[in-house]
Amino acid sequence: MSETTEPRPARAAEGTPSPTEREPRRSTDVARSGSSDVATQEKPRKRVKSERAKAETRLGWMLAGPAFVLMLLVTVYPILQAVFDSLFSFRLTAPDDREFVGLANYGVILTDGVFWYDLGITLLITVITVAVELVLGFALALVMNNAIRSLRGPLRTAILVPYGTITVVSAFAWFYAFDINTGYINSWFSWLPFISEDTAWFGSTAPALFVIMASEIWKTTPFISLLLLSGLAQVPGELTEAAKVDGATWWERMSKVILPNMKAAIMVAVLFRALDAFRIFDNIFIMTNGAYGTETLSLLAYRTSIGRLEIGMGSAVSVVLFLCVILISFIAIKGFKVDLAGRGGGK
Amino acid sequence: MKSSGKNTGVWIVIAIVVFIYALFPIASILANSFKKGSEFAGSGTFLPKEPTFENYASLFIGDAKDLFVPALINSLGITLIATAISVVLATFAAYAIARLDFPGKRIILTSALAVSIFPVISIVTPLFNLWRQIGLYDTWLGLILPYLSLTLPISIYTLTAFFQQIPWDLERAAQVDGATNWQAFTKVIVPLAMPGVFTTAIIAFFIAWNDFVYGISLTSTSAARPVPAALAFFTGASQFEEPAGAISAAAIVVTIPVIIIVLLFQRQIVSGLTQGAVKG
Repeated sequence: MSETTEPRPARAAEGTPSPTEREPRRSTDVARSGSSDVATQEKPRKRVKSERAKAETRLGWMLAGPAFVLMLLVTVYPILQAVFDSLFSFRLTAPDDREFVGLANYGVILTDGVFWYDLGITLLITVITVAVELVLGFALALVMNNAIRSLRGPLRTAILVPYGTITVVSAFAWFYAFDINTGYINSWFSWLPFISEDTAWFGSTAPALFVIMASEIWKTTPFISLLLLSGLAQVPGELTEAAKVDGATWWERMSKVILPNMKAAIMVAVLFRALDAFRIFDNIFIMTNGAYGTETLSLLAYRTSIGRLEIGMGSAVSVVLFLCVILISFIAIKGFKVDLAGRGGGK
Repeated sequence: MKSSGKNTGVWIVIAIVVFIYALFPIASILANSFKKGSEFAGSGTFLPKEPTFENYASLFIGDAKDLFVPALINSLGITLIATAISVVLATFAAYAIARLDFPGKRIILTSALAVSIFPVISIVTPLFNLWRQIGLYDTWLGLILPYLSLTLPISIYTLTAFFQQIPWDLERAAQVDGATNWQAFTKVIVPLAMPGVFTTAIIAFFIAWNDFVYGISLTSTSAARPVPAALAFFTGASQFEEPAGAISAAAIVVTIPVIIIVLLFQRQIVSGLTQGAVKG
């Protein structure tokens, strides 16, 4: 369009062979402000650029916006609602007795022994599972990394099976294996001093937690080990070779060359898994439903709000759980940053 | 020659240990699924004494049919719709983040990360209340929406990491060679991007298929309850009979498709998972 209304025919003729967007615009600008050549060339270019940038921003948000808005809508809105609800004494069984109580719900939670016990159990599970998974996952990563070629594919496939298995299915598998009625573990391992035919794994805290953590570890170690495997792949091969030539032992190569170079991957794996483990729910719900001292914060939140319909109190537990997760990620990210800076300085 | 032969032996032993570790619980529940109800009463064996298909029969044509079949349909439908929505939206978003230069890219990636660490149980309490008020409780849409909070962040991360590796210059080169914008996009970029989109869809499907908390909290009947949640509420033919056989069979039915996907696409899944988490 603008090309046909071009005031200067010479320009228009020039533009025709390759009609790009920029050409006509620039020529109209030239026509409008024909003072000095330098000025006309600089000004329009700037304007064109900023318009392009604007268009790009618009397109960017048009494309990314829906996903962004939807993500916020399904998470930020509910958590704000939870913060609001947590300030009320509100039970679904008596909806008319809704009463503003300020921070009283939080006061109740923080002075209740059950909360602190559940927090302790949650932290215990998080620390133990992540520590075991890190060691086990690293061993698996080494196996996958160093295996002879023909075994790599099958090993990786096998490792993905626990990752793909539904947590609830894994929970049932472990539950039925250990359960006193359906299980075979007792009869298989009755030669061990602390196991007999009638060992009730789900009758007291420690053994129940053991099975819960075992199933959690089985299910999620593959994820950590895949992350560590990709971390291993990023360690420069020359470094390990050089250390080998210099006569470093396996342990020295591991602790002085390989592990320090994998710090970023390890930190990411630990952070992801710790946050995940802190939210543990499915396993415990299936195996004990929080009985025998195996309740975690997630189960407490569920039991309070959806089990007992105490929306106000349940929301407060949810908010506290959320704050714990933020605190953990804050600490981890702080640690991660320091580590990254150290690495950058070394390079 | 000799040492490599010895190495092979060692590796086979290690591989067997890894295989047992990875597959044993699945084998265990598979064995359970062929046991008769009476075998669960304290017999304590791994393999079924008289293998039977009656557990599977009860799921599809027997007394567990009304519980299991609707749950399976719910799971498939809800999971596939949630996967499709999040992959389409994440593809647009990841394309914009990888290809265009605009303020706010960081914000989108950071909030995706923040959403992915959200404790599901913290969101579920307000949703439970809200869904009851606006009529989304116990409906497909009432699960699809929260599932997006699980699948969107990882889809955006995985796809962005993937798109950042696509050589976008090829698109420009095609345009120079006379292709239109649309031709350049569909003929050059789409084929390069498809594997990433596909991988992301698989991972998103796994995550939604795995959900339990939303499933048990936001549904109450077979109208929307997905399989993992339905498993938790299975009861036997009698109140006093452990429905372990039926639950095991149902567990196998929902695990087999996942294992087939894993077997077919293990290479893509591994690269997608690690790219999204480490490089994203």
